[in-house]
Amino acid sequence: MTTQETEQSRGGGVGEPLVRMRGIVKKFGETVVLDGVDLDVDRGEVVVLIGPSGAGKSTLLRCINGLERIQAGSIHVAGEELVYKEKHLNHIRSRIGMVFQAFNLFPHMKVIDNITMAQQDVLGRPRQEARTRATELLERVGLAEKADAYPDNLSGGQQQRVAIARALAMDPEVMLFDEPTSALDPELVGEVLDVMRTLADEGMTMIVVTHEMRFARRAADRVLLMADKQIVEEGTPEQVLENPTSERGKAFLRELTEH
Amino acid sequence: MNFFDYIVDTAPLFLEATQVTLRLTATALVIAMVLGGFVAAMSMSSVAVLRWIATGFIGIIRGTPLIAQIFVLYFGISEILLLQAFWAGAIALAIHNSAYIAEIIRSGFQSVPKGLNEASRSLGMSRLKTLRRVRAPLALRAILPVLGSQFIIAVKDSSLVAFIGMTELFQTSRNLAASTYQPLTMYMIVSLYYLAIVLVLTFLVNRLEYRLSAHRR
Repeated sequence: MTTQETEQSRGGGVGEPLVRMRGIVKKFGETVVLDGVDLDVDRGEVVVLIGPSGAGKSTLLRCINGLERIQAGSIHVAGEELVYKEKHLNHIRSRIGMVFQAFNLFPHMKVIDNITMAQQDVLGRPRQEARTRATELLERVGLAEKADAYPDNLSGGQQQRVAIARALAMDPEVMLFDEPTSALDPELVGEVLDVMRTLADEGMTMIVVTHEMRFARRAADRVLLMADKQIVEEGTPEQVLENPTSERGKAFLRELTEH
Repeated sequence: MNFFDYIVDTAPLFLEATQVTLRLTATALVIAMVLGGFVAAMSMSSVAVLRWIATGFIGIIRGTPLIAQIFVLYFGISEILLLQAFWAGAIALAIHNSAYIAEIIRSGFQSVPKGLNEASRSLGMSRLKTLRRVRAPLALRAILPVLGSQFIIAVKDSSLVAFIGMTELFQTSRNLAASTYQPLTMYMIVSLYYLAIVLVLTFLVNRLEYRLSAHRR
Protein backbone atom coordinates (compact mmCIF):
# COMPACT_ATOMS: atom_id res chain seq x y z
CA MET A 1 0.00 0.00 0.00
CA THR A 2 1.27 3.44 -0.87
CA THR A 3 -0.06 5.23 2.15
CA GLN A 4 2.53 8.01 1.99
CA GLU A 5 1.69 9.02 -1.55
CA THR A 6 -2.06 8.95 -1.15
CA GLU A 7 -1.82 11.13 1.93
CA GLN A 8 -0.04 13.77 -0.11
CA SER A 9 -2.12 13.62 -3.24
CA ARG A 10 -5.66 12.92 -2.12
CA GLY A 11 -6.28 15.63 0.42
CA GLY A 12 -7.37 15.09 3.94
CA GLY A 13 -4.06 16.50 5.09
CA VAL A 14 -1.43 14.90 7.25
CA GLY A 15 -2.60 14.41 10.80
CA GLU A 16 -6.23 14.94 9.90
CA PRO A 17 -8.44 11.89 10.32
CA LEU A 18 -9.54 10.10 7.14
CA VAL A 19 -13.08 9.79 8.45
CA ARG A 20 -14.40 12.41 10.80
CA MET A 21 -17.92 12.23 12.20
CA ARG A 22 -19.27 14.89 14.52
CA GLY A 23 -22.53 14.97 16.43
CA ILE A 24 -24.23 12.41 14.24
CA VAL A 25 -27.95 12.18 14.82
CA LYS A 26 -29.91 9.62 12.86
CA LYS A 27 -33.62 9.00 13.17
CA PHE A 28 -35.87 6.50 11.46
CA GLY A 29 -39.11 8.42 11.54
CA GLU A 30 -39.51 9.39 15.17
CA THR A 31 -37.10 6.77 16.50
CA VAL A 32 -33.62 8.02 17.33
CA VAL A 33 -30.98 5.48 16.31
CA LEU A 34 -27.80 7.53 16.72
CA ASP A 35 -27.74 10.27 19.28
CA GLY A 36 -24.80 12.61 18.83
CA VAL A 37 -22.03 10.19 17.86
CA ASP A 38 -18.45 11.41 17.25
CA LEU A 39 -15.92 9.22 15.50
CA ASP A 40 -12.46 9.81 14.06
CA VAL A 41 -10.64 7.19 12.05
CA ASP A 42 -7.05 7.77 11.00
CA ARG A 43 -5.49 6.60 7.80
CA GLY A 44 -4.31 3.01 8.14
CA GLU A 45 -6.31 2.43 11.28
CA VAL A 46 -8.49 -0.65 11.84
CA VAL A 47 -11.51 0.19 13.95
CA VAL A 48 -13.91 -2.50 15.09
CA LEU A 49 -17.43 -1.63 16.20
CA ILE A 50 -19.04 -4.06 18.60
CA GLY A 51 -22.14 -3.98 20.73
CA PRO A 52 -25.55 -5.49 21.20
CA SER A 53 -27.83 -5.65 18.18
CA GLY A 54 -29.96 -2.57 17.73
CA ALA A 55 -27.22 -0.36 19.13
CA GLY A 56 -26.81 1.44 15.81
CA LYS A 57 -23.49 -0.04 14.63
CA SER A 58 -24.60 -0.84 11.09
CA THR A 59 -26.48 2.43 10.82
CA LEU A 60 -23.37 4.39 11.80
CA LEU A 61 -21.38 2.54 9.15
CA ARG A 62 -24.04 3.17 6.50
CA CYS A 63 -24.02 6.88 7.29
CA ILE A 64 -20.36 7.12 6.26
CA ASN A 65 -21.10 6.45 2.58
CA GLY A 66 -24.50 8.09 2.60
CA LEU A 67 -26.63 4.96 2.41
CA GLU A 68 -28.38 6.49 5.41
CA ARG A 69 -28.99 10.19 5.68
CA ILE A 70 -28.21 11.91 8.95
CA GLN A 71 -30.51 14.48 10.51
CA ALA A 72 -27.79 16.42 12.30
CA GLY A 73 -24.01 16.47 12.51
CA SER A 74 -21.30 16.31 9.87
CA ILE A 75 -19.29 13.65 8.09
CA HIS A 76 -15.96 14.23 6.38
CA VAL A 77 -14.21 11.58 4.32
CA ALA A 78 -10.66 12.35 3.16
CA GLY A 79 -11.25 16.03 3.81
CA GLU A 80 -14.49 16.24 1.85
CA GLU A 81 -17.77 16.88 3.59
CA LEU A 82 -20.55 14.45 2.73
CA VAL A 83 -23.52 16.22 1.20
CA TYR A 84 -26.55 14.52 -0.32
CA LYS A 85 -26.09 15.52 -3.93
CA GLU A 86 -26.13 12.71 -6.47
CA LYS A 87 -22.85 13.57 -8.23
CA HIS A 88 -20.93 14.26 -5.05
CA LEU A 89 -22.28 11.10 -3.42
CA ASN A 90 -21.25 8.99 -6.40
CA HIS A 91 -17.76 10.48 -6.26
CA ILE A 92 -17.29 10.01 -2.53
CA ARG A 93 -18.77 6.49 -2.63
CA SER A 94 -16.30 5.46 -5.31
CA ARG A 95 -13.57 6.12 -2.72
CA ILE A 96 -15.25 4.12 0.04
CA GLY A 97 -15.43 0.34 -0.26
CA MET A 98 -18.37 -1.39 1.33
CA VAL A 99 -18.88 -5.06 2.14
CA PHE A 100 -22.33 -6.24 3.18
CA GLN A 101 -23.62 -9.00 5.38
CA ALA A 102 -25.62 -10.42 2.45
CA PHE A 103 -22.65 -10.18 -0.02
CA ASN A 104 -24.91 -8.51 -2.61
CA LEU A 105 -23.04 -9.74 -5.66
CA PHE A 106 -24.84 -9.05 -8.93
CA PRO A 107 -26.29 -12.48 -9.71
CA HIS A 108 -26.64 -11.91 -13.46
CA MET A 109 -22.96 -11.18 -13.92
CA LYS A 110 -19.95 -13.45 -13.83
CA VAL A 111 -17.56 -12.95 -10.94
CA ILE A 112 -15.10 -11.08 -13.15
CA ASP A 113 -17.83 -8.73 -14.43
CA ASN A 114 -18.96 -8.04 -10.87
CA ILE A 115 -15.45 -6.72 -10.26
CA THR A 116 -14.93 -4.84 -13.54
CA MET A 117 -18.32 -3.08 -13.87
CA ALA A 118 -17.74 -0.12 -11.60
CA GLN A 119 -14.07 0.15 -12.57
CA GLN A 120 -15.24 0.81 -16.12
CA ASP A 121 -18.49 2.67 -15.46
CA VAL A 122 -17.32 4.82 -12.56
CA LEU A 123 -13.55 5.14 -12.86
CA GLY A 124 -13.53 4.94 -16.64
CA ARG A 125 -10.81 2.32 -16.74
CA PRO A 126 -10.39 0.57 -20.07
CA ARG A 127 -11.81 -2.95 -20.15
CA GLN A 128 -8.46 -4.67 -20.31
CA GLU A 129 -7.02 -2.74 -17.39
CA ALA A 130 -10.14 -3.44 -15.33
CA ARG A 131 -9.87 -7.15 -16.08
CA THR A 132 -6.19 -7.23 -15.16
CA ARG A 133 -6.94 -5.53 -11.85
CA ALA A 134 -9.88 -7.89 -11.21
CA THR A 135 -7.76 -10.96 -11.92
CA GLU A 136 -5.05 -9.67 -9.62
CA LEU A 137 -7.55 -9.18 -6.80
CA LEU A 138 -9.19 -12.56 -7.38
CA GLU A 139 -5.78 -14.13 -6.97
CA ARG A 140 -5.31 -12.20 -3.78
CA VAL A 141 -8.53 -13.53 -2.28
CA GLY A 142 -7.71 -17.00 -3.58
CA LEU A 143 -10.43 -17.25 -6.22
CA ALA A 144 -8.59 -16.81 -9.51
CA GLU A 145 -10.21 -19.96 -10.92
CA LYS A 146 -13.72 -18.62 -10.28
CA ALA A 147 -13.50 -15.61 -12.62
CA ASP A 148 -16.06 -17.01 -15.05
CA ALA A 149 -18.40 -18.52 -12.46
CA TYR A 150 -21.73 -16.98 -11.51
CA PRO A 151 -22.19 -15.91 -7.87
CA ASP A 152 -24.99 -18.43 -7.29
CA ASN A 153 -22.52 -21.24 -7.88
CA LEU A 154 -20.15 -20.08 -5.15
CA SER A 155 -20.25 -20.77 -1.43
CA GLY A 156 -21.08 -17.93 0.93
CA GLY A 157 -17.44 -17.54 1.92
CA GLN A 158 -16.37 -17.38 -1.71
CA GLN A 159 -19.08 -14.85 -2.51
CA GLN A 160 -17.97 -12.62 0.32
CA ARG A 161 -14.35 -12.79 -0.82
CA VAL A 162 -15.47 -11.76 -4.30
CA ALA A 163 -17.42 -8.89 -2.73
CA ILE A 164 -14.25 -7.76 -0.97
CA ALA A 165 -12.34 -7.94 -4.26
CA ARG A 166 -15.12 -5.94 -5.94
CA ALA A 167 -14.76 -3.17 -3.36
CA LEU A 168 -10.95 -3.23 -3.46
CA ALA A 169 -10.95 -2.89 -7.25
CA MET A 170 -11.99 0.73 -6.82
CA ASP A 171 -8.79 1.42 -4.85
CA PRO A 172 -10.79 2.82 -1.95
CA GLU A 173 -9.39 5.07 0.78
CA VAL A 174 -11.31 3.17 3.41
CA MET A 175 -13.19 -0.12 3.61
CA LEU A 176 -16.44 -0.52 5.51
CA PHE A 177 -17.45 -4.02 6.61
CA ASP A 178 -21.03 -4.48 7.78
CA GLU A 179 -21.14 -7.80 9.66
CA PRO A 180 -19.26 -9.53 6.83
CA THR A 181 -19.34 -12.98 8.40
CA SER A 182 -22.77 -13.00 10.06
CA ALA A 183 -24.51 -14.73 7.16
CA LEU A 184 -21.87 -17.43 6.82
CA ASP A 185 -21.80 -21.02 8.02
CA PRO A 186 -19.27 -21.30 10.84
CA GLU A 187 -16.75 -23.25 8.77
CA LEU A 188 -16.66 -20.49 6.13
CA VAL A 189 -16.01 -17.60 8.51
CA GLY A 190 -12.27 -18.22 8.70
CA GLU A 191 -11.53 -17.76 5.01
CA VAL A 192 -13.20 -14.32 5.00
CA LEU A 193 -11.50 -13.20 8.21
CA ASP A 194 -8.14 -14.29 6.76
CA VAL A 195 -8.61 -11.98 3.81
CA MET A 196 -9.64 -9.14 6.12
CA ARG A 197 -6.66 -9.68 8.41
CA THR A 198 -4.27 -9.59 5.48
CA LEU A 199 -5.86 -6.37 4.34
CA ALA A 200 -5.46 -4.88 7.81
CA ASP A 201 -1.81 -5.93 7.92
CA GLU A 202 -1.23 -4.21 4.61
CA GLY A 203 -2.33 -0.93 6.08
CA MET A 204 -5.85 -0.57 4.70
CA THR A 205 -8.07 1.76 6.68
CA MET A 206 -10.97 -0.37 7.87
CA ILE A 207 -14.12 0.15 9.87
CA VAL A 208 -15.64 -3.19 10.77
CA VAL A 209 -18.95 -4.02 12.41
CA THR A 210 -18.68 -7.57 13.67
CA HIS A 211 -19.50 -10.06 16.37
CA GLU A 212 -16.18 -11.85 15.78
CA MET A 213 -14.21 -11.06 18.92
CA ARG A 214 -11.24 -13.05 17.65
CA PHE A 215 -10.96 -10.63 14.75
CA ALA A 216 -11.33 -7.65 17.07
CA ARG A 217 -8.51 -8.96 19.28
CA ARG A 218 -6.15 -9.87 16.47
CA ALA A 219 -6.64 -7.11 13.93
CA ALA A 220 -8.16 -4.04 15.59
CA ASP A 221 -6.14 -0.99 16.52
CA ARG A 222 -9.15 0.32 18.36
CA VAL A 223 -12.41 -1.21 19.51
CA LEU A 224 -15.56 0.85 19.96
CA LEU A 225 -18.45 -0.46 21.97
CA MET A 226 -21.79 0.94 20.96
CA ALA A 227 -24.88 0.80 23.11
CA ASP A 228 -27.94 2.95 23.52
CA LYS A 229 -27.39 4.97 20.33
CA GLN A 230 -23.91 6.05 21.42
CA ILE A 231 -20.30 4.97 21.70
CA VAL A 232 -19.97 4.01 25.33
CA GLU A 233 -16.49 2.53 25.45
CA GLU A 234 -13.41 3.04 23.34
CA GLY A 235 -9.84 1.82 23.47
CA THR A 236 -7.44 -0.93 22.50
CA PRO A 237 -8.92 -4.42 22.17
CA GLU A 238 -7.43 -5.32 25.58
CA GLN A 239 -8.94 -2.33 27.30
CA VAL A 240 -12.43 -2.73 25.86
CA LEU A 241 -12.64 -6.51 25.80
CA GLU A 242 -10.81 -7.30 29.06
CA ASN A 243 -11.31 -4.30 31.30
CA PRO A 244 -14.34 -2.27 30.32
CA THR A 245 -15.02 0.68 32.59
CA SER A 246 -18.61 1.49 31.68
CA GLU A 247 -21.62 -0.37 33.04
CA ARG A 248 -22.83 -1.09 29.50
CA GLY A 249 -19.38 -2.37 28.58
CA LYS A 250 -19.28 -4.73 31.53
CA ALA A 251 -22.80 -5.95 30.81
CA PHE A 252 -21.98 -6.63 27.16
CA LEU A 253 -18.83 -8.51 28.09
CA ARG A 254 -20.78 -10.67 30.56
CA GLU A 255 -23.24 -11.49 27.77
CA LEU A 256 -20.36 -12.55 25.54
CA THR A 257 -18.58 -14.75 28.05
CA GLU A 258 -21.78 -16.47 29.13
CA HIS A 259 -22.36 -17.84 25.64
CA MET B 1 -67.16 -33.90 -45.64
CA ASN B 2 -65.09 -34.87 -42.67
CA PHE B 3 -63.25 -32.61 -40.21
CA PHE B 4 -60.02 -32.59 -42.20
CA ASP B 5 -61.79 -31.59 -45.39
CA TYR B 6 -63.23 -28.63 -43.53
CA ILE B 7 -59.77 -27.68 -42.28
CA VAL B 8 -58.40 -27.71 -45.82
CA ASP B 9 -61.41 -25.91 -47.27
CA THR B 10 -61.37 -23.11 -44.71
CA ALA B 11 -57.59 -22.72 -44.63
CA PRO B 12 -57.35 -19.77 -47.06
CA LEU B 13 -59.89 -17.74 -45.10
CA PHE B 14 -58.48 -18.63 -41.70
CA LEU B 15 -54.87 -18.03 -42.74
CA GLU B 16 -55.77 -14.58 -43.93
CA ALA B 17 -57.66 -13.94 -40.69
CA THR B 18 -54.64 -15.21 -38.72
CA GLN B 19 -52.60 -12.39 -40.22
CA VAL B 20 -55.22 -9.89 -39.08
CA THR B 21 -55.21 -11.32 -35.57
CA LEU B 22 -51.42 -11.27 -35.42
CA ARG B 23 -51.22 -7.70 -36.74
CA LEU B 24 -53.89 -6.59 -34.33
CA THR B 25 -52.32 -8.24 -31.30
CA ALA B 26 -48.78 -7.18 -32.18
CA THR B 27 -49.83 -3.57 -32.69
CA ALA B 28 -51.76 -3.61 -29.42
CA LEU B 29 -48.87 -5.15 -27.48
CA VAL B 30 -46.27 -2.72 -28.79
CA ILE B 31 -48.44 0.19 -27.66
CA ALA B 32 -49.26 -1.64 -24.41
CA MET B 33 -45.59 -2.13 -23.58
CA VAL B 34 -44.81 1.57 -24.01
CA LEU B 35 -47.92 2.67 -22.14
CA GLY B 36 -47.45 0.00 -19.47
CA GLY B 37 -43.84 1.12 -18.98
CA PHE B 38 -45.00 4.67 -18.37
CA VAL B 39 -47.71 3.59 -15.96
CA ALA B 40 -45.23 1.34 -14.12
CA ALA B 41 -42.77 4.23 -13.82
CA MET B 42 -45.58 6.40 -12.47
CA SER B 43 -46.61 3.75 -9.95
CA MET B 44 -43.01 3.60 -8.64
CA SER B 45 -42.57 7.37 -8.67
CA SER B 46 -41.81 9.33 -5.54
CA VAL B 47 -44.46 11.85 -6.59
CA ALA B 48 -47.70 10.86 -4.87
CA VAL B 49 -50.00 12.31 -7.54
CA LEU B 50 -48.38 10.17 -10.23
CA ARG B 51 -48.79 7.08 -8.09
CA TRP B 52 -52.47 7.86 -7.55
CA ILE B 53 -53.06 8.34 -11.27
CA ALA B 54 -51.35 5.01 -11.99
CA THR B 55 -53.30 3.20 -9.27
CA GLY B 56 -56.57 4.71 -10.51
CA PHE B 57 -55.87 3.79 -14.12
CA ILE B 58 -54.89 0.23 -13.25
CA GLY B 59 -57.90 -0.15 -10.96
CA ILE B 60 -60.41 1.04 -13.55
CA ILE B 61 -58.97 -0.97 -16.43
CA ARG B 62 -58.65 -4.18 -14.44
CA GLY B 63 -62.06 -3.65 -12.87
CA THR B 64 -64.05 -3.41 -16.09
CA PRO B 65 -64.64 -6.03 -18.81
CA LEU B 66 -62.52 -5.85 -21.93
CA ILE B 67 -65.58 -6.17 -24.15
CA ALA B 68 -67.07 -3.07 -22.50
CA GLN B 69 -63.79 -1.20 -23.04
CA ILE B 70 -63.81 -2.17 -26.72
CA PHE B 71 -67.41 -1.02 -27.16
CA VAL B 72 -66.85 2.23 -25.29
CA LEU B 73 -63.88 3.03 -27.48
CA TYR B 74 -65.52 1.96 -30.74
CA PHE B 75 -69.00 3.41 -30.25
CA GLY B 76 -68.00 6.25 -27.96
CA ILE B 77 -64.92 7.62 -29.61
CA SER B 78 -66.16 7.09 -33.15
CA GLU B 79 -68.82 9.73 -32.44
CA ILE B 80 -66.06 12.32 -32.30
CA LEU B 81 -63.31 10.73 -34.31
CA LEU B 82 -63.91 8.23 -37.05
CA LEU B 83 -61.91 5.29 -35.83
CA GLN B 84 -61.46 2.22 -37.99
CA ALA B 85 -62.43 -1.05 -36.33
CA PHE B 86 -58.78 -2.14 -36.51
CA TRP B 87 -57.51 0.88 -34.60
CA ALA B 88 -60.40 0.93 -32.16
CA GLY B 89 -59.70 -2.71 -31.40
CA ALA B 90 -55.94 -2.27 -31.24
CA ILE B 91 -56.16 0.73 -28.95
CA ALA B 92 -58.71 -0.93 -26.66
CA LEU B 93 -56.52 -4.04 -26.42
CA ALA B 94 -53.46 -1.86 -25.86
CA ILE B 95 -55.01 0.11 -23.01
CA HIS B 96 -56.38 -3.05 -21.45
CA ASN B 97 -53.08 -4.91 -21.58
CA SER B 98 -51.05 -1.89 -20.49
CA ALA B 99 -52.69 -2.01 -17.05
CA TYR B 100 -51.64 -5.62 -16.55
CA ILE B 101 -48.21 -5.06 -18.06
CA ALA B 102 -47.66 -2.06 -15.76
CA GLU B 103 -48.28 -4.30 -12.76
CA ILE B 104 -45.96 -6.97 -14.15
CA ILE B 105 -43.17 -4.44 -14.71
CA ARG B 106 -43.65 -2.88 -11.28
CA SER B 107 -43.52 -6.20 -9.46
CA GLY B 108 -40.49 -7.20 -11.55
CA PHE B 109 -38.57 -4.15 -10.39
CA GLN B 110 -39.71 -4.62 -6.82
CA SER B 111 -38.44 -8.20 -6.88
CA VAL B 112 -34.85 -6.96 -7.25
CA PRO B 113 -33.33 -7.09 -3.76
CA LYS B 114 -32.69 -3.68 -2.23
CA GLY B 115 -29.20 -4.78 -1.25
CA LEU B 116 -28.13 -5.04 -4.90
CA ASN B 117 -29.16 -1.45 -5.48
CA GLU B 118 -27.17 -0.44 -2.40
CA ALA B 119 -24.16 -2.46 -3.51
CA SER B 120 -24.16 -0.75 -6.88
CA ARG B 121 -24.64 2.73 -5.45
CA SER B 122 -21.88 2.03 -2.90
CA LEU B 123 -19.47 1.49 -5.78
CA GLY B 124 -20.27 5.00 -6.96
CA MET B 125 -22.61 3.93 -9.75
CA SER B 126 -25.19 6.63 -10.49
CA ARG B 127 -28.91 6.01 -10.21
CA LEU B 128 -29.16 5.71 -14.00
CA LYS B 129 -26.16 3.39 -14.39
CA THR B 130 -27.50 1.22 -11.57
CA LEU B 131 -30.83 1.04 -13.35
CA ARG B 132 -29.19 0.08 -16.64
CA ARG B 133 -26.64 -2.39 -15.37
CA VAL B 134 -28.28 -3.94 -12.32
CA ARG B 135 -31.96 -3.23 -11.74
CA ALA B 136 -33.32 -3.40 -15.29
CA PRO B 137 -31.52 -6.62 -16.33
CA LEU B 138 -32.61 -8.38 -13.14
CA ALA B 139 -36.15 -7.05 -13.36
CA LEU B 140 -36.32 -8.24 -16.98
CA ARG B 141 -35.50 -11.79 -15.90
CA ALA B 142 -38.35 -11.70 -13.38
CA ILE B 143 -40.74 -10.02 -15.79
CA LEU B 144 -40.25 -12.19 -18.85
CA PRO B 145 -42.15 -15.37 -17.91
CA VAL B 146 -45.12 -13.40 -16.59
CA LEU B 147 -45.06 -11.11 -19.59
CA GLY B 148 -45.11 -14.20 -21.80
CA SER B 149 -48.35 -15.41 -20.30
CA GLN B 150 -49.84 -11.93 -20.57
CA PHE B 151 -49.01 -11.99 -24.31
CA ILE B 152 -50.76 -15.34 -24.60
CA ILE B 153 -53.84 -13.93 -22.91
CA ALA B 154 -53.69 -10.94 -25.26
CA VAL B 155 -53.72 -13.18 -28.33
CA LYS B 156 -56.84 -14.95 -27.14
CA ASP B 157 -58.52 -11.76 -25.89
CA SER B 158 -58.11 -10.22 -29.32
CA SER B 159 -61.02 -12.47 -30.38
CA LEU B 160 -63.37 -10.02 -28.66
CA VAL B 161 -62.64 -7.48 -31.37
CA ALA B 162 -64.86 -9.68 -33.57
CA PHE B 163 -67.79 -7.96 -31.91
CA ILE B 164 -66.98 -4.61 -33.50
CA GLY B 165 -66.90 -6.25 -36.90
CA MET B 166 -63.21 -6.90 -37.40
CA THR B 167 -62.75 -9.91 -39.65
CA GLU B 168 -60.04 -11.48 -37.56
CA LEU B 169 -59.83 -15.16 -36.62
CA PHE B 170 -62.85 -15.40 -34.39
CA GLN B 171 -65.14 -13.33 -36.63
CA THR B 172 -64.13 -15.56 -39.52
CA SER B 173 -65.19 -18.64 -37.57
CA ARG B 174 -68.52 -17.00 -36.75
CA ASN B 175 -69.12 -16.20 -40.40
CA LEU B 176 -68.22 -19.72 -41.45
CA ALA B 177 -70.35 -21.24 -38.71
CA ALA B 178 -73.33 -19.35 -40.06
CA SER B 179 -72.73 -20.06 -43.73
CA THR B 180 -71.87 -23.76 -43.40
CA TYR B 181 -74.28 -24.64 -40.57
CA GLN B 182 -71.30 -26.34 -38.90
CA PRO B 183 -70.75 -24.26 -35.75
CA LEU B 184 -69.08 -27.06 -33.76
CA THR B 185 -66.57 -27.82 -36.52
CA MET B 186 -65.75 -24.16 -37.19
CA TYR B 187 -65.21 -23.25 -33.54
CA MET B 188 -63.00 -26.30 -33.12
CA ILE B 189 -60.96 -25.34 -36.14
CA VAL B 190 -60.53 -21.74 -35.01
CA SER B 191 -59.43 -23.02 -31.60
CA LEU B 192 -56.66 -24.95 -33.34
CA TYR B 193 -55.43 -21.74 -34.93
CA TYR B 194 -55.28 -19.97 -31.58
CA LEU B 195 -53.58 -22.99 -30.07
CA ALA B 196 -50.93 -22.95 -32.80
CA ILE B 197 -50.21 -19.25 -32.26
CA VAL B 198 -49.97 -19.73 -28.51
CA LEU B 199 -47.62 -22.71 -28.85
CA VAL B 200 -45.26 -20.79 -31.12
CA LEU B 201 -45.35 -17.83 -28.72
CA THR B 202 -44.65 -20.07 -25.74
CA PHE B 203 -41.70 -21.61 -27.53
CA LEU B 204 -40.23 -18.19 -28.31
CA VAL B 205 -40.66 -16.94 -24.73
CA ASN B 206 -39.11 -20.11 -23.31
CA ARG B 207 -36.12 -19.75 -25.59
CA LEU B 208 -35.58 -16.15 -24.56
CA GLU B 209 -35.96 -17.09 -20.91
CA TYR B 210 -33.38 -19.82 -21.31
CA ARG B 211 -30.92 -17.43 -22.87
CA LEU B 212 -31.33 -14.94 -20.04
CA SER B 213 -30.92 -17.48 -17.27
CA ALA B 214 -27.28 -18.42 -17.83
CA HIS B 215 -26.52 -17.43 -14.24
CA ARG B 216 -28.82 -20.12 -12.85
CA ARG B 217 -27.32 -23.03 -14.73
